[in-house]
Amino acid sequence: MPDQPWQGYLRPDGRKGIRNLIVVIYTVECASFVAHAIGQGEEDVHVIGFPGCYDNAYAVRQMLALITHPNVGACLAVGLGCEYTQPAKLADAAMASGRPCDWFYIQDAGGTEAGIAKGKAALRCLREKLATATARVSMSWNDLTVGAECGGSDGTSGLAGNPVVGRFFDFLIDRGGSAVFEEIVEMIGLRNVLKARAANPQVARQLEAAYTKAEEYCRAVRQYSVSPGNVAGGLTTIEEKSMGAFAKSGSRPIQGVLRVSEPVPHPGLWLLDSVPDSHFMQFGYTNPNDTEGIMDLISTGAQIVLFVTGRGSVIGSPIAPLIKVTGNSRTFERMRGDMDFNAGTMLDGRQTLDEAGMSLLNLVGEVASGALTRPEALGHREYFFMYKHQDTPSLAAGCHA
Amino acid sequence: MTVELNSGTKRAIRVNAADNVATLLDEVAGGSVTIYGPEEPLEIQALEPIAHGHKIALDALPASAPIVKFGVPIGVSTAPILRGQWVHLHNCRSQVDERSSHFDLKTGAAKDTPYA
Repeated sequence: MPDQPWQGYLRPDGRKGIRNLIVVIYTVECASFVAHAIGQGEEDVHVIGFPGCYDNAYAVRQMLALITHPNVGACLAVGLGCEYTQPAKLADAAMASGRPCDWFYIQDAGGTEAGIAKGKAALRCLREKLATATARVSMSWNDLTVGAECGGSDGTSGLAGNPVVGRFFDFLIDRGGSAVFEEIVEMIGLRNVLKARAANPQVARQLEAAYTKAEEYCRAVRQYSVSPGNVAGGLTTIEEKSMGAFAKSGSRPIQGVLRVSEPVPHPGLWLLDSVPDSHFMQFGYTNPNDTEGIMDLISTGAQIVLFVTGRGSVIGSPIAPLIKVTGNSRTFERMRGDMDFNAGTMLDGRQTLDEAGMSLLNLVGEVASGALTRPEALGHREYFFMYKHQDTPSLAAGCHA
Repeated sequence: MTVELNSGTKRAIRVNAADNVATLLDEVAGGSVTIYGPEEPLEIQALEPIAHGHKIALDALPASAPIVKFGVPIGVSTAPILRGQWVHLHNCRSQVDERSSHFDLKTGAAKDTPYA
Protein backbone atom coordinates (compact mmCIF):
# COMPACT_ATOMS: atom_id res chain seq x y z
CA MET A 1 0.00 0.00 0.00
CA PRO A 2 2.67 2.60 0.85
CA ASP A 3 4.38 2.07 -2.51
CA GLN A 4 1.35 3.08 -4.62
CA PRO A 5 1.82 6.40 -6.45
CA TRP A 6 -0.50 9.27 -5.50
CA GLN A 7 -1.78 12.39 -7.25
CA GLY A 8 0.13 15.60 -6.58
CA TYR A 9 0.28 19.09 -8.09
CA LEU A 10 2.72 19.91 -10.91
CA ARG A 11 4.22 23.42 -10.83
CA PRO A 12 5.34 25.21 -14.01
CA ASP A 13 8.97 24.94 -12.78
CA GLY A 14 8.63 21.14 -12.65
CA ARG A 15 8.42 20.81 -8.86
CA LYS A 16 5.74 18.53 -7.45
CA GLY A 17 3.66 19.43 -4.41
CA ILE A 18 1.34 17.48 -2.11
CA ARG A 19 -0.79 20.54 -1.25
CA ASN A 20 -2.09 23.32 -3.53
CA LEU A 21 -1.68 26.47 -1.46
CA ILE A 22 -1.75 30.22 -1.95
CA VAL A 23 0.74 32.04 0.27
CA VAL A 24 0.11 35.56 1.53
CA ILE A 25 3.49 36.97 2.56
CA TYR A 26 4.05 40.28 4.36
CA THR A 27 7.34 42.12 4.21
CA VAL A 28 7.32 43.90 7.58
CA GLU A 29 5.53 43.44 10.93
CA CYS A 30 3.48 46.60 10.19
CA ALA A 31 1.72 44.70 7.37
CA SER A 32 1.03 41.55 9.41
CA PHE A 33 -2.46 42.45 10.65
CA VAL A 34 -3.76 43.18 7.15
CA ALA A 35 -2.04 40.06 5.75
CA HIS A 36 -3.67 37.84 8.39
CA ALA A 37 -7.07 39.50 7.82
CA ILE A 38 -6.71 38.77 4.07
CA GLY A 39 -6.04 35.09 4.85
CA GLN A 40 -8.87 34.83 7.41
CA GLY A 41 -11.48 32.25 6.39
CA GLU A 42 -9.59 31.24 3.22
CA GLU A 43 -8.94 27.54 3.60
CA ASP A 44 -6.21 27.23 0.94
CA VAL A 45 -4.34 30.34 2.09
CA HIS A 46 -1.35 30.27 4.46
CA VAL A 47 0.06 33.53 5.84
CA ILE A 48 3.77 34.01 6.58
CA GLY A 49 5.93 37.11 6.85
CA PHE A 50 9.13 38.72 8.01
CA PRO A 51 8.92 41.08 10.98
CA GLY A 52 11.95 43.30 10.36
CA CYS A 53 11.92 46.63 8.53
CA TYR A 54 15.57 46.32 7.48
CA ASP A 55 16.09 43.65 4.87
CA ASN A 56 18.57 40.80 5.24
CA ALA A 57 19.92 38.54 2.50
CA TYR A 58 19.37 35.37 4.54
CA ALA A 59 15.72 36.25 5.30
CA VAL A 60 14.99 37.32 1.71
CA ARG A 61 16.48 34.05 0.43
CA GLN A 62 14.18 32.16 2.79
CA MET A 63 11.09 34.15 1.68
CA LEU A 64 11.96 33.34 -1.96
CA ALA A 65 12.44 29.65 -1.20
CA LEU A 66 9.06 29.47 0.56
CA ILE A 67 6.94 31.29 -2.05
CA THR A 68 8.36 28.94 -4.73
CA HIS A 69 7.98 25.83 -2.54
CA PRO A 70 6.49 22.75 -4.29
CA ASN A 71 3.32 22.92 -2.15
CA VAL A 72 2.75 26.58 -3.11
CA GLY A 73 0.85 27.35 -6.31
CA ALA A 74 0.37 31.12 -6.06
CA CYS A 75 1.55 34.05 -3.98
CA LEU A 76 0.33 37.46 -2.81
CA ALA A 77 2.98 39.78 -1.32
CA VAL A 78 1.73 42.55 0.98
CA GLY A 79 3.90 45.45 2.14
CA LEU A 80 3.16 48.51 4.21
CA GLY A 81 5.02 50.82 1.85
CA CYS A 82 8.08 52.13 3.68
CA GLU A 83 10.07 48.95 4.56
CA TYR A 84 13.32 47.77 2.96
CA THR A 85 12.08 44.33 1.80
CA GLN A 86 10.30 44.72 -1.55
CA PRO A 87 7.05 42.80 -2.14
CA ALA A 88 7.28 43.54 -5.89
CA LYS A 89 10.62 41.70 -6.08
CA LEU A 90 9.16 38.71 -4.23
CA ALA A 91 6.21 38.65 -6.65
CA ASP A 92 8.63 38.87 -9.61
CA ALA A 93 10.52 35.82 -8.37
CA ALA A 94 7.32 33.83 -7.92
CA MET A 95 6.25 34.96 -11.42
CA ALA A 96 9.60 33.82 -12.86
CA SER A 97 8.90 30.35 -11.45
CA GLY A 98 5.60 30.35 -13.39
CA ARG A 99 3.39 30.81 -10.32
CA PRO A 100 0.48 33.29 -10.51
CA CYS A 101 1.26 36.16 -8.13
CA ASP A 102 0.35 39.70 -7.16
CA TRP A 103 1.52 42.35 -4.72
CA PHE A 104 0.53 45.73 -3.29
CA TYR A 105 1.38 48.30 -0.62
CA ILE A 106 -1.23 48.93 2.09
CA GLN A 107 -0.43 52.66 2.02
CA ASP A 108 -1.25 52.80 -1.72
CA ALA A 109 -4.43 50.74 -1.25
CA GLY A 110 -5.79 53.24 1.28
CA GLY A 111 -5.21 51.59 4.65
CA THR A 112 -6.51 48.63 6.59
CA GLU A 113 -10.05 48.13 5.23
CA ALA A 114 -9.17 48.95 1.63
CA GLY A 115 -6.03 46.78 1.89
CA ILE A 116 -8.01 43.79 3.16
CA ALA A 117 -10.60 44.23 0.37
CA LYS A 118 -7.85 44.54 -2.25
CA GLY A 119 -6.12 41.45 -0.87
CA LYS A 120 -9.33 39.39 -0.84
CA ALA A 121 -10.02 40.38 -4.45
CA ALA A 122 -6.45 39.45 -5.43
CA LEU A 123 -6.92 36.03 -3.79
CA ARG A 124 -10.07 35.33 -5.83
CA CYS A 125 -8.17 36.16 -9.01
CA LEU A 126 -5.13 34.06 -8.03
CA ARG A 127 -7.36 31.11 -7.13
CA GLU A 128 -9.00 31.20 -10.56
CA LYS A 129 -5.63 31.28 -12.31
CA LEU A 130 -4.36 28.48 -10.09
CA ALA A 131 -7.37 26.29 -10.89
CA THR A 132 -6.77 26.55 -14.62
CA ALA A 133 -2.94 26.46 -14.50
CA THR A 134 -2.36 23.54 -12.13
CA ALA A 135 -1.99 20.05 -13.55
CA ARG A 136 -2.33 16.97 -11.39
CA VAL A 137 0.64 14.65 -11.57
CA SER A 138 1.48 11.16 -10.40
CA MET A 139 3.95 11.25 -7.50
CA SER A 140 5.95 8.56 -5.75
CA TRP A 141 8.59 8.37 -3.05
CA ASN A 142 11.35 9.65 -5.35
CA ASP A 143 9.43 12.94 -5.73
CA LEU A 144 9.22 13.41 -1.98
CA THR A 145 11.51 15.29 0.41
CA VAL A 146 10.77 14.83 4.11
CA GLY A 147 12.36 16.85 6.90
CA ALA A 148 12.78 15.85 10.54
CA GLU A 149 13.05 17.97 13.66
CA CYS A 150 12.70 17.19 17.35
CA GLY A 151 11.54 19.39 20.20
CA GLY A 152 10.17 19.03 23.69
CA SER A 153 12.43 15.98 23.93
CA ASP A 154 12.46 13.62 26.89
CA GLY A 155 14.08 10.31 27.81
CA THR A 156 11.89 8.47 25.26
CA SER A 157 12.85 10.64 22.26
CA GLY A 158 16.25 9.02 21.83
CA LEU A 159 14.89 5.53 22.56
CA ALA A 160 11.78 5.47 20.37
CA GLY A 161 10.62 8.70 18.65
CA ASN A 162 13.87 9.54 16.88
CA PRO A 163 14.94 5.93 16.10
CA VAL A 164 11.55 5.26 14.44
CA VAL A 165 11.92 8.43 12.32
CA GLY A 166 15.45 7.24 11.48
CA ARG A 167 14.11 3.85 10.34
CA PHE A 168 11.45 5.65 8.26
CA PHE A 169 14.24 7.76 6.69
CA ASP A 170 16.09 4.53 5.77
CA PHE A 171 12.92 3.16 4.10
CA LEU A 172 12.29 6.47 2.27
CA ILE A 173 15.88 6.71 0.98
CA ASP A 174 15.85 3.06 -0.12
CA ARG A 175 12.76 3.97 -2.23
CA GLY A 176 14.58 6.86 -3.93
CA GLY A 177 13.30 9.66 -1.70
CA SER A 178 15.09 12.56 -0.02
CA ALA A 179 15.44 13.14 3.71
CA VAL A 180 16.72 16.22 5.52
CA PHE A 181 17.56 16.45 9.21
CA GLU A 182 18.94 19.44 11.04
CA GLU A 183 19.80 20.63 14.56
CA ILE A 184 23.56 20.31 14.24
CA VAL A 185 23.68 22.15 17.60
CA GLU A 186 22.11 18.95 18.92
CA MET A 187 25.04 16.91 17.66
CA ILE A 188 27.45 18.48 20.12
CA GLY A 189 29.74 15.76 21.43
CA LEU A 190 29.28 13.58 18.33
CA ARG A 191 32.04 14.82 15.98
CA ASN A 192 33.32 11.33 15.17
CA VAL A 193 29.88 9.67 15.08
CA LEU A 194 28.78 12.31 12.53
CA LYS A 195 31.91 12.06 10.37
CA ALA A 196 31.60 8.27 10.23
CA ARG A 197 28.28 8.68 8.36
CA ALA A 198 29.73 10.69 5.44
CA ALA A 199 29.10 9.29 1.94
CA ASN A 200 32.68 10.19 0.90
CA PRO A 201 35.80 12.01 2.18
CA GLN A 202 34.64 15.36 0.76
CA VAL A 203 31.36 15.11 2.70
CA ALA A 204 33.35 14.12 5.81
CA ARG A 205 35.25 17.43 5.51
CA GLN A 206 31.95 19.34 5.11
CA LEU A 207 30.49 17.62 8.18
CA GLU A 208 33.64 18.31 10.19
CA ALA A 209 33.54 22.01 9.25
CA ALA A 210 29.82 22.32 10.05
CA TYR A 211 30.31 20.54 13.38
CA THR A 212 33.26 22.75 14.37
CA LYS A 213 31.29 25.88 13.51
CA ALA A 214 28.31 24.74 15.62
CA GLU A 215 30.51 23.86 18.59
CA GLU A 216 32.33 27.21 18.44
CA TYR A 217 29.01 29.05 18.05
CA CYS A 218 27.45 27.41 21.12
CA ARG A 219 30.58 28.16 23.13
CA ALA A 220 30.59 31.80 21.98
CA VAL A 221 26.93 32.47 22.84
CA ARG A 222 27.19 30.28 25.97
CA GLN A 223 23.96 28.49 25.13
CA TYR A 224 23.53 24.84 24.26
CA SER A 225 20.33 23.29 22.99
CA VAL A 226 19.10 21.86 26.30
CA SER A 227 15.82 23.17 27.71
CA PRO A 228 14.36 22.98 31.22
CA GLY A 229 11.72 20.55 29.91
CA ASN A 230 14.42 18.24 28.54
CA VAL A 231 16.02 18.12 31.99
CA ALA A 232 12.69 17.50 33.74
CA GLY A 233 12.08 14.70 31.23
CA GLY A 234 15.28 12.91 32.22
CA LEU A 235 17.90 14.26 29.81
CA THR A 236 20.92 15.35 31.86
CA THR A 237 23.41 16.73 29.31
CA ILE A 238 23.62 18.06 25.75
CA GLU A 239 25.72 15.01 24.85
CA GLU A 240 22.86 12.71 25.93
CA LYS A 241 20.29 14.77 24.04
CA SER A 242 22.60 14.82 21.00
CA MET A 243 22.83 11.02 20.74
CA GLY A 244 19.04 10.80 20.95
CA ALA A 245 18.51 13.58 18.40
CA PHE A 246 21.02 12.10 15.95
CA ALA A 247 19.07 8.82 15.93
CA LYS A 248 16.47 10.49 13.67
CA SER A 249 19.03 10.49 10.85
CA GLY A 250 18.68 6.71 10.52
CA SER A 251 21.62 4.75 9.16
CA ARG A 252 22.13 5.72 5.51
CA PRO A 253 25.19 7.72 4.34
CA ILE A 254 24.98 11.54 4.50
CA GLN A 255 25.21 13.03 1.00
CA GLY A 256 26.23 16.53 2.05
CA VAL A 257 25.52 19.65 4.08
CA LEU A 258 22.75 22.03 2.93
CA ARG A 259 22.40 25.66 3.97
CA VAL A 260 19.01 27.19 4.78
CA SER A 261 16.91 27.78 1.61
CA GLU A 262 19.16 25.57 -0.52
CA PRO A 263 17.10 22.93 -2.37
CA VAL A 264 18.06 19.27 -2.03
CA PRO A 265 20.44 18.58 -4.98
CA HIS A 266 19.69 14.86 -5.38
CA PRO A 267 17.90 12.11 -3.41
CA GLY A 268 19.38 10.63 -0.26
CA LEU A 269 20.07 11.86 3.27
CA TRP A 270 21.16 15.47 3.87
CA LEU A 271 22.19 17.46 6.92
CA LEU A 272 20.82 21.01 7.07
CA ASP A 273 23.19 23.52 8.68
CA SER A 274 21.26 26.48 10.07
CA VAL A 275 24.08 27.85 12.25
CA PRO A 276 25.06 31.44 11.34
CA ASP A 277 28.38 32.03 9.59
CA SER A 278 30.75 34.63 10.92
CA HIS A 279 29.38 38.17 10.42
CA PHE A 280 29.94 41.57 12.02
CA MET A 281 26.27 41.69 13.13
CA GLN A 282 26.48 38.54 15.35
CA PHE A 283 22.82 37.57 14.96
CA GLY A 284 22.33 35.74 18.28
CA TYR A 285 21.08 32.23 19.05
CA THR A 286 21.19 29.77 16.19
CA ASN A 287 17.85 27.93 16.72
CA PRO A 288 15.82 30.07 19.13
CA ASN A 289 12.77 27.76 18.94
CA ASP A 290 11.48 24.64 17.15
CA THR A 291 9.37 26.60 14.66
CA GLU A 292 12.45 28.36 13.30
CA GLY A 293 14.08 24.98 12.59
CA ILE A 294 10.92 23.60 10.97
CA MET A 295 10.72 26.62 8.63
CA ASP A 296 14.41 26.05 7.75
CA LEU A 297 13.60 22.45 6.76
CA ILE A 298 10.61 23.56 4.68
CA SER A 299 12.87 26.07 2.89
CA THR A 300 14.89 23.17 1.43
CA GLY A 301 11.73 22.07 -0.42
CA ALA A 302 10.54 19.44 2.10
CA GLN A 303 6.85 18.79 1.33
CA ILE A 304 6.32 17.13 4.75
CA VAL A 305 8.11 17.55 8.08
CA LEU A 306 8.17 15.04 10.94
CA PHE A 307 8.33 16.55 14.41
CA VAL A 308 9.37 14.27 17.26
CA THR A 309 8.17 15.44 20.67
CA GLY A 310 8.44 13.29 23.78
CA ARG A 311 6.90 15.82 26.15
CA GLY A 312 4.24 16.98 23.70
CA SER A 313 4.57 20.17 21.66
CA VAL A 314 1.38 21.62 20.15
CA ILE A 315 2.88 23.48 17.18
CA GLY A 316 2.14 23.06 13.47
CA SER A 317 3.58 24.71 10.38
CA PRO A 318 2.45 26.56 7.26
CA ILE A 319 3.25 25.35 3.70
CA ALA A 320 4.35 21.79 4.57
CA PRO A 321 2.21 19.57 6.84
CA LEU A 322 3.80 18.73 10.19
CA ILE A 323 3.41 15.11 11.36
CA LYS A 324 3.64 14.91 15.14
CA VAL A 325 5.48 11.82 16.42
CA THR A 326 5.97 10.98 20.09
CA GLY A 327 7.97 8.16 21.63
CA ASN A 328 6.09 8.61 24.88
CA SER A 329 2.82 6.59 25.05
CA ARG A 330 1.67 8.71 28.03
CA THR A 331 2.09 11.90 26.00
CA PHE A 332 0.25 10.25 23.10
CA GLU A 333 -2.73 9.45 25.34
CA ARG A 334 -2.66 12.77 27.23
CA MET A 335 -2.43 14.91 24.06
CA ARG A 336 -4.24 12.57 21.66
CA GLY A 337 -5.75 15.45 19.68
CA ASP A 338 -2.32 16.88 18.85
CA MET A 339 -0.40 13.69 18.07
CA ASP A 340 -0.31 11.84 14.74
CA PHE A 341 1.89 8.87 15.57
CA ASN A 342 2.85 6.91 18.67
CA ALA A 343 6.38 5.49 18.39
CA GLY A 344 6.08 4.51 22.06
CA THR A 345 4.52 1.21 20.92
CA MET A 346 8.13 0.10 20.43
CA LEU A 347 8.92 0.67 24.12
CA ASP A 348 5.69 -1.07 25.16
CA GLY A 349 6.76 -4.15 23.21
CA ARG A 350 3.80 -3.81 20.81
CA GLN A 351 5.88 -3.12 17.66
CA THR A 352 9.47 -3.66 16.53
CA LEU A 353 11.54 -0.77 15.19
CA ASP A 354 10.99 -2.02 11.61
CA GLU A 355 7.23 -2.34 12.13
CA ALA A 356 6.97 1.14 13.64
CA GLY A 357 9.11 2.60 10.80
CA MET A 358 6.84 0.94 8.23
CA SER A 359 3.70 2.25 9.99
CA LEU A 360 5.19 5.73 9.79
CA LEU A 361 5.93 5.23 6.07
CA ASN A 362 2.24 4.34 5.61
CA LEU A 363 1.16 7.48 7.47
CA VAL A 364 3.49 9.70 5.40
CA GLY A 365 2.00 8.12 2.26
CA GLU A 366 -1.52 8.98 3.46
CA VAL A 367 -0.53 12.58 4.28
CA ALA A 368 1.15 12.92 0.87
CA SER A 369 -2.14 11.68 -0.67
CA GLY A 370 -4.07 14.45 1.07
CA ALA A 371 -4.96 13.21 4.58
CA LEU A 372 -4.74 16.08 7.07
CA THR A 373 -2.26 15.86 9.94
CA ARG A 374 -3.47 16.75 13.45
CA PRO A 375 -1.79 20.21 13.36
CA GLU A 376 -3.38 20.86 9.93
CA ALA A 377 -6.81 19.83 11.20
CA LEU A 378 -6.42 22.06 14.27
CA GLY A 379 -5.34 25.02 12.12
CA HIS A 380 -1.81 25.32 13.57
CA ARG A 381 0.41 27.39 11.22
CA GLU A 382 3.14 28.79 13.44
CA TYR A 383 6.08 30.40 11.64
CA PHE A 384 9.20 32.26 12.73
CA PHE A 385 11.82 34.05 10.63
CA MET A 386 14.85 35.87 11.90
CA TYR A 387 17.76 38.01 10.91
CA LYS A 388 20.74 35.75 10.30
CA HIS A 389 23.76 35.44 8.03
CA GLN A 390 24.98 32.45 6.06
CA ASP A 391 27.64 32.47 3.33
CA THR A 392 25.28 30.95 0.77
CA PRO A 393 25.22 31.03 -2.99
CA SER A 394 22.09 32.73 -4.35
CA LEU A 395 18.91 30.69 -4.40
CA ALA A 396 18.87 30.70 -8.20
CA ALA A 397 22.41 29.31 -8.30
CA GLY A 398 21.32 26.62 -5.85
CA CYS A 399 18.37 25.68 -8.06
CA HIS A 400 20.65 25.14 -11.04
CA ALA A 401 23.19 23.08 -9.05
CA MET B 1 15.72 -6.52 22.10
CA THR B 2 12.24 -7.36 23.38
CA VAL B 3 10.58 -5.37 26.11
CA GLU B 4 7.66 -7.08 27.79
CA LEU B 5 4.32 -5.37 28.01
CA ASN B 6 3.89 -3.52 31.24
CA SER B 7 2.50 -6.02 33.75
CA GLY B 8 3.50 -4.28 36.93
CA THR B 9 7.22 -4.99 36.50
CA LYS B 10 9.29 -1.80 36.57
CA ARG B 11 11.32 -1.58 33.37
CA ALA B 12 14.37 0.25 32.06
CA ILE B 13 16.34 0.14 28.79
CA ARG B 14 20.10 -0.16 28.40
CA VAL B 15 20.74 0.92 24.78
CA ASN B 16 24.32 -0.34 24.37
CA ALA B 17 26.23 -3.11 26.14
CA ALA B 18 28.89 -0.53 27.12
CA ASP B 19 26.32 1.68 28.95
CA ASN B 20 26.63 2.17 32.72
CA VAL B 21 23.13 3.73 32.95
CA ALA B 22 19.65 2.62 31.80
CA THR B 23 16.55 4.74 31.07
CA LEU B 24 13.39 4.10 33.10
CA LEU B 25 10.21 3.25 31.16
CA ASP B 26 8.15 3.39 34.38
CA GLU B 27 8.18 5.45 37.56
CA VAL B 28 9.92 3.65 40.42
CA ALA B 29 9.54 4.40 44.10
CA GLY B 30 12.56 2.15 44.74
CA GLY B 31 13.05 -1.62 44.64
CA SER B 32 13.27 -4.07 41.77
CA VAL B 33 13.78 -2.85 38.17
CA THR B 34 14.22 -5.13 35.14
CA ILE B 35 16.87 -3.87 32.71
CA TYR B 36 16.23 -4.76 29.07
CA GLY B 37 18.83 -4.27 26.36
CA PRO B 38 21.27 -5.99 24.03
CA GLU B 39 21.94 -8.64 26.70
CA GLU B 40 19.67 -10.93 28.78
CA PRO B 41 17.24 -9.05 31.05
CA LEU B 42 18.84 -8.20 34.37
CA GLU B 43 17.27 -7.24 37.67
CA ILE B 44 18.68 -4.50 39.88
CA GLN B 45 17.46 -2.63 42.96
CA ALA B 46 16.60 1.07 42.65
CA LEU B 47 17.90 2.80 45.80
CA GLU B 48 15.57 5.80 45.52
CA PRO B 49 12.52 7.07 43.57
CA ILE B 50 13.34 7.63 39.86
CA ALA B 51 10.96 9.21 37.30
CA HIS B 52 9.98 7.88 33.86
CA GLY B 53 12.62 8.84 31.26
CA HIS B 54 15.33 9.32 33.89
CA LYS B 55 18.47 7.22 34.35
CA ILE B 56 19.48 4.56 36.87
CA ALA B 57 23.15 3.61 37.49
CA LEU B 58 23.94 0.01 36.48
CA ASP B 59 27.41 0.05 38.07
CA ALA B 60 29.00 1.69 41.10
CA LEU B 61 31.05 4.63 39.82
CA PRO B 62 33.69 6.85 41.44
CA ALA B 63 33.65 10.64 40.96
CA SER B 64 35.02 11.92 37.60
CA ALA B 65 34.02 8.71 35.76
CA PRO B 66 32.45 8.80 32.30
CA ILE B 67 28.66 8.26 32.27
CA VAL B 68 28.04 6.08 29.20
CA LYS B 69 24.71 5.85 27.32
CA PHE B 70 24.17 4.91 23.62
CA GLY B 71 27.76 3.56 23.90
CA VAL B 72 29.25 7.08 24.17
CA PRO B 73 30.20 9.27 27.16
CA ILE B 74 27.25 11.62 27.76
CA GLY B 75 28.77 13.26 30.83
CA VAL B 76 31.09 12.90 33.83
CA SER B 77 30.13 11.91 37.39
CA THR B 78 30.59 14.71 39.92
CA ALA B 79 30.30 12.43 42.99
CA PRO B 80 30.59 8.70 43.71
CA ILE B 81 27.45 6.92 42.45
CA LEU B 82 26.05 3.64 43.81
CA ARG B 83 24.53 0.92 41.63
CA GLY B 84 20.77 1.62 41.57
CA GLN B 85 21.00 5.36 42.22
CA TRP B 86 19.35 8.08 40.12
CA VAL B 87 21.84 9.70 37.71
CA HIS B 88 21.05 13.33 36.84
CA LEU B 89 22.30 16.90 37.34
CA HIS B 90 23.16 16.33 41.02
CA ASN B 91 25.85 13.75 40.21
CA CYS B 92 26.56 14.13 36.47
CA ARG B 93 27.72 17.12 34.41
CA SER B 94 28.15 17.83 30.70
CA GLN B 95 31.68 17.87 29.28
CA VAL B 96 30.86 21.03 27.28
CA ASP B 97 27.79 22.86 28.62
CA GLU B 98 28.35 24.73 31.89
CA ARG B 99 24.95 26.49 32.13
CA SER B 100 22.62 23.46 32.11
CA SER B 101 24.60 21.83 34.94
CA HIS B 102 23.06 24.43 37.28
CA PHE B 103 19.40 23.94 36.26
CA ASP B 104 16.93 22.99 38.99
CA LEU B 105 17.22 19.26 39.66
CA LYS B 106 13.47 18.58 39.71
CA THR B 107 11.92 21.12 37.32
CA GLY B 108 14.90 21.80 35.06
CA ALA B 109 14.27 25.55 35.38
CA ALA B 110 17.24 27.85 34.78
CA LYS B 111 18.19 29.69 37.97
CA ASP B 112 20.64 32.29 36.64
CA THR B 113 18.25 34.81 35.03
CA PRO B 114 17.05 37.60 37.36
CA TYR B 115 13.27 38.18 37.32
CA ALA B 116 13.31 41.13 39.71
